[in-house]
Amino acid sequence: MIRPRGSGPTGRQRAVAARTAKTILRRRVVNGLMTGVVAIAALLTTLPLVFILFHLIRAGASSFSIDFFTQMPKPVGEPGAGMANAIVGTLILIAVACGIGLPIGIGAGLYLADYGRTRLANTVRFLADVLNGLPSIVLGVFAWQFLVRPLGHFSALAGGVALAAMMIPMVTRTTEEMVRLVPTALREAALALGYSRARTALAVVLRTATAGIVTGVLVAVARIAGETAPLLFTAFGNHFWSTRLDQPIAALPLQIFYYATSPYDEWHRLAWAGSLVLIAVVFIISVAARYATRSRTGGSHGD
Amino acid sequence: MADRGPAGEMPVAADEPSLGERIVGTAMGDRIYVVAITGFALCVPLLLALILAEVAMAGWPALREFGFGFLTSSEWDPVRERFGAASAIFGTIVTSIIALVIATPLALGVAVFLSDYAPRWLRQPVAFFVDLLAAIPSVVYGLWGIFVLIPLLRAHVIPFIRETLHLGAVPLFSGPSYGNSIFAAGLILAIMVLPYISSVSREVLLAVPRSQREAALALGATRWEMVQKTVLPFARSGIIGGIILGLGRALGETMAVTMLVGNRHEISASLLAPGYTMASLIANEFTEASGAMHLSALMGVAFVLLVLTLVVNGIARWLVWRVGRHAGGRGA
Repeated sequence: MIRPRGSGPTGRQRAVAARTAKTILRRRVVNGLMTGVVAIAALLTTLPLVFILFHLIRAGASSFSIDFFTQMPKPVGEPGAGMANAIVGTLILIAVACGIGLPIGIGAGLYLADYGRTRLANTVRFLADVLNGLPSIVLGVFAWQFLVRPLGHFSALAGGVALAAMMIPMVTRTTEEMVRLVPTALREAALALGYSRARTALAVVLRTATAGIVTGVLVAVARIAGETAPLLFTAFGNHFWSTRLDQPIAALPLQIFYYATSPYDEWHRLAWAGSLVLIAVVFIISVAARYATRSRTGGSHGD
Repeated sequence: MADRGPAGEMPVAADEPSLGERIVGTAMGDRIYVVAITGFALCVPLLLALILAEVAMAGWPALREFGFGFLTSSEWDPVRERFGAASAIFGTIVTSIIALVIATPLALGVAVFLSDYAPRWLRQPVAFFVDLLAAIPSVVYGLWGIFVLIPLLRAHVIPFIRETLHLGAVPLFSGPSYGNSIFAAGLILAIMVLPYISSVSREVLLAVPRSQREAALALGATRWEMVQKTVLPFARSGIIGGIILGLGRALGETMAVTMLVGNRHEISASLLAPGYTMASLIANEFTEASGAMHLSALMGVAFVLLVLTLVVNGIARWLVWRVGRHAGGRGA
């Protein structure tokens, strides 16, 4: 049947068109709704950070003073208490962890980058990831059983070992990634000039990757700096000044934990101030590390 | 130079090695280097084996003494030396499930927002904000939980659930409540594992090939239909991997949970009742363990936790790795 030109659509066609329009409307509405849902999820997710920072700054800043950095912990009621020993203790623990963790982590990372596809390398890589996923409290229990029990007393060394065990897999994986980013041409150039393999790796490859590795190490340090669980029964904490590796040592996160769970308002204030310091340090390191990586690898992420 | 030798000859100090010696030295140096980095690499499996062995051996007396009952009995009595970790295992699993139920939709929402919805200028800052959540130390979460979250729960959330929603009679929300509870611990855990789930999901979503998205749009799909029918199915196993990775974190999280869970050895149907988790049990009782068997029981709990997280993480890594392989070696 040939309809004359210019005549309107049939009723059937009109019904189909109406249904299509309805479907399209429904799809548009769902699309719009989901855009809203996704955006709200993003907003909700950033809220906890804002809340936590808000309370930290409000409660922390008000109980903040120069004494915090220079004074020792004091009994409740005595003014001018600080956490000088805990700050130094945390620095010592980080140093011990780095002393043990960095050579192993960087060495293992170099190995993984060099022998990337061998079976041993794949195994080591997988186990590093597994190690990275272990609960930190288990590392504390391990360090206790390994060092504290045989030696008979808590010690900074045991705390450092527990933290090093956390650090090793993180440093291993970043070193590997950063060394892989070094152009092969550079490596070949060094070898062609007669450099030995060892010298190529240490003087050329490692040196080129240094900035990236330092960033990775900083991120690892930021993470272990705030760890409490591995220190509970290794470094144990100390109310007095101690810098000895074979004695219990104070640490900022431990001190925050004891103060936070104590019944005294004054100690609660110190816990807030300590948290503010801890988080400031951790955030500054994170931001610095992120800025450093972005300026170097910027644009390499294709969308 | 004064001591320059006959014409054309390089100055050679008496103790400097000859070329031949240098080559031998180089070979030696290379060998030492290879041995050294191999040694360092072997430290990783050794460390893991050592951790497993030490914890297993220390927990063995308790595991042997109580056998399977260690996992199924909820009697934890240091005085009579009867130990069963069921209440802690129960608490660990329930808090982790609460955390995942709350965190997964939010984390997925953020990941999708960042991969397919957000304007370009907003992506970096939001991703950074979410990542910062992962940088906050556990003990700070705990502090915030004690002084902000718990009072909030007690003053508003619990009355809201019980009176406004009339759910007070439901076993899940009944019983006395002091704020410190399984629910509070699950809530803080949700915030803590969110960045892990969202960052893995984001990476996996970004690894979905552009052509898949373009094909869906070319067929007339709306943006949401593209995400729902193309992007998410493609990234599914990687996202599940991310969720399981988050589960691994939640299972072993210690400080914040210890400060909020209430630390009571009981299995209660109510989410608002205090409980215990494996990690918080170890954290609380370890330094005060009253005898060899108590200590060994705590080590046994650590061993159970260790094995549980090993299995969970192994599955997660495998799933994430699979997506990376399908996406042509990108991501993961």
